[in-house]
Amino acid sequence: MEPITNNSDLETQINNAIENNLSGRMTILAALLAVQDDIGYIPQKALEIVSELNTTTVNDVWGVASFYPNFRFDPPTEHTIEICWGPSCHITGAQDIIKSCLTELNLETEGDTNDGFINFKFNTCLAACAQSPVGSVDHKIIGRLNKKKIIDLINNLKSQKK
Amino acid sequence: MQKFTDLKNKADQEYNTLLTKPRIRIGTDISGVAAGSIEISNELSKHISEHNLDITLSHVGGFGLSFAEPLIDIQMPDGSRVFYSNVTVDNVGKIVQNHLINGNPVYDLAFAYSGNLTNTNNTPEFYQLPENKLQKKVLTENFGEIDPTDIYEYIANDGYSALAKALFQMEADNVHKEILDSKLRGRGGAAFPTGVKLGFLKGSEAKEKYILCNCEEGDPGAWNDKAILESDPHRLVEGLILAAIATNASNGIIFIRHGNDIPIDRTKAAIKSAYENGLLGQNILGSEFTFDAEVVLVGESYVAGEETALMEAVEGKRAMPRYKPPFPAAFGVWGHPSNINNIKTIANLPSIISKGSSWFTSIGTETSTGTAILCLSGNINKPGLYEIEMGTTIRSVIEDICDGIPNNKELKLLQTGGPLGGVLNSSKLDTSIDFDSMAKAGAILGSGGIIVADQDVDVIDLTRMLIAFCQFESCGKCFPCRLGNSHLLEILNRICGKTSTESDIELMRKVGTNMQQGSLCGHGQLGFNPIKSALEYFKDDFDLALDTSISVPNVTINIPTRANRY
Ligand SMILES: Cc1cc2nc3c(=O)[nH]c(=O)nc-3n(C[C@H](O)[C@H](O)[C@H](O)COP(=O)(O)O)c2cc1C
Ligand code: FES
Repeated sequence: MEPITNNSDLETQINNAIENNLSGRMTILAALLAVQDDIGYIPQKALEIVSELNTTTVNDVWGVASFYPNFRFDPPTEHTIEICWGPSCHITGAQDIIKSCLTELNLETEGDTNDGFINFKFNTCLAACAQSPVGSVDHKIIGRLNKKKIIDLINNLKSQKK
Repeated sequence: MQKFTDLKNKADQEYNTLLTKPRIRIGTDISGVAAGSIEISNELSKHISEHNLDITLSHVGGFGLSFAEPLIDIQMPDGSRVFYSNVTVDNVGKIVQNHLINGNPVYDLAFAYSGNLTNTNNTPEFYQLPENKLQKKVLTENFGEIDPTDIYEYIANDGYSALAKALFQMEADNVHKEILDSKLRGRGGAAFPTGVKLGFLKGSEAKEKYILCNCEEGDPGAWNDKAILESDPHRLVEGLILAAIATNASNGIIFIRHGNDIPIDRTKAAIKSAYENGLLGQNILGSEFTFDAEVVLVGESYVAGEETALMEAVEGKRAMPRYKPPFPAAFGVWGHPSNINNIKTIANLPSIISKGSSWFTSIGTETSTGTAILCLSGNINKPGLYEIEMGTTIRSVIEDICDGIPNNKELKLLQTGGPLGGVLNSSKLDTSIDFDSMAKAGAILGSGGIIVADQDVDVIDLTRMLIAFCQFESCGKCFPCRLGNSHLLEILNRICGKTSTESDIELMRKVGTNMQQGSLCGHGQLGFNPIKSALEYFKDDFDLALDTSISVPNVTINIPTRANRY
């Protein structure tokens, strides 16, 4: 995703995101989800816009935004990897998969890689428990994971870096 | 009624036309997609267009047979079907060439067949497979069979006929009475009698009244709520309207966790086509009854599934529980009288209304009527989603339906009812699956998830994982839950790190009792369950963990934690 530098561009983009992407009624949460989906993060400006649209304070909007782990507050990485650590996956080897990911990505815990290319995130259940261990790459769910499969997937992403 | 008759005729016509062509069904629910069904579907499309074949390719939800996925079935105009399991991209060409072009099913790749076929090369009959035959399909009867985005297919398979019956042949009071008499109990965890709950809302004179349908389904190990949305969303829409008729409610909200795109898209599509066909909105099917329905998305939060937190989330706020009273039926979402029901509860209503309460009470046990949709995962040969009659034993599900534990290992532990449920050991395999027997055994049926672990499981490490989940998901509003869960996790970390003593067990019990008595909602009140049940059934494992003279294999300490959200 292209970083947005121009302030008024960003404002337009936020407004468009909310206008085109809002699922159902206007609420703080619905507006924030629309922005996150469309822009990939919640810029400071979005907190202001959402607060105006909901006739409330930036504080109230931040209260909601900081509560749900869906949101990030800086521009997104190019790619996202999620690994489930729920009980079905835990029993079938999620810990090993998580360890492999952390090693491959040179991370201590969830977060962005040093080069800001890949984001690694834990998930409590990706709802494909019968195919455990489960992960997702760029929101595409992948089941029956093993170490080799996840390392291949990571290497494939890394090779796409220009 | 005329409007429904017209709609039904149209649907039957469309459906019959569909049957005149060969049809490939492929399961594209989350489980199917995770197994690679989209790649298979793409490959099928490629071959179909390459050979210019006149074939319908339908994305169905899935049969729930996760172990067999990607699962496709090819149905011919004569009604015969051949099922292919664990299909690979490489096999698709062969199946298309032989089966669809030459008319010879590829039995050496086949999983099962149904209908009039001869010389099937010892392929089993699909519906006679134990994993199908031992099920009792009520909610899941359309799963894998119909295209969830095609309203006509639902209607041609008796869909919306309960609605027509309720609108034109029954009094609203009788719709409610039928639900009461069915003895249906809530499928969301607490097992409260649904008819009684609907009665609270029915009693309110307000004009704007809400039925909230809870599809949050945060329980890891359970995916049956999403499966209904993926495989048969119109059953939910119909059930929702029936609940509204019984209570004279004006609005329905279906509440789903953001990010579950397949269930969300299919539900939205179902609502849209229900509106287009006059099944939602003003004067439904030409009757006096008016009702609107919508989807609301919520962010990742387990507590958002709790009924009052859910209302906060619908209003777009932090998903934190409210104090009760006032109860939702008096002061619910945006202050309007509301009723919160799990999706499985609601999805039972069409069958209850069309077949009658006495039919429903003939299924299941005296106090747990109907069926349960179970989600089996973990160390098991045939993980998947299975609907069984209440009263079936856990053993029968694990051994007969799911074909036992892989690699000749022994079953050691069962985790049921989500993280707030509990764990059981193999001595409880003969427990009957119904609300009361499960609760008596010290676990709960809850959402229907059953996670199976074999002899290699580290019970303490798993318990720690479950508490880490509870700690991570505590909303932080009340301190017994917020601090209690953190404290429990700290102690379990000590035990895993071999720096603990016997007194820590007592301490955990104390903390657990405080949480149970002092927490605002079920999250804290039930949060000690994983440890409590583990202490009951796996005392030896705890003793071993506490004994510092015995060195156990170094357990993995690296549990993901996230900064708390308060
Ligand atoms: C922490 C917590 C999480 C819950 N999550 C869910 C859920 O995901 N889905 C659900 O239907 N009920 C959930 N419940 C239960 C609901 O509060 C409520 O009892 C239920 O939705 C009522 O529906 P029912 O009567 O049809 O069972 C949860 C309860 C608690 C305390
Ligand atoms: S527990 Fe991992 S996908 Fe559900």
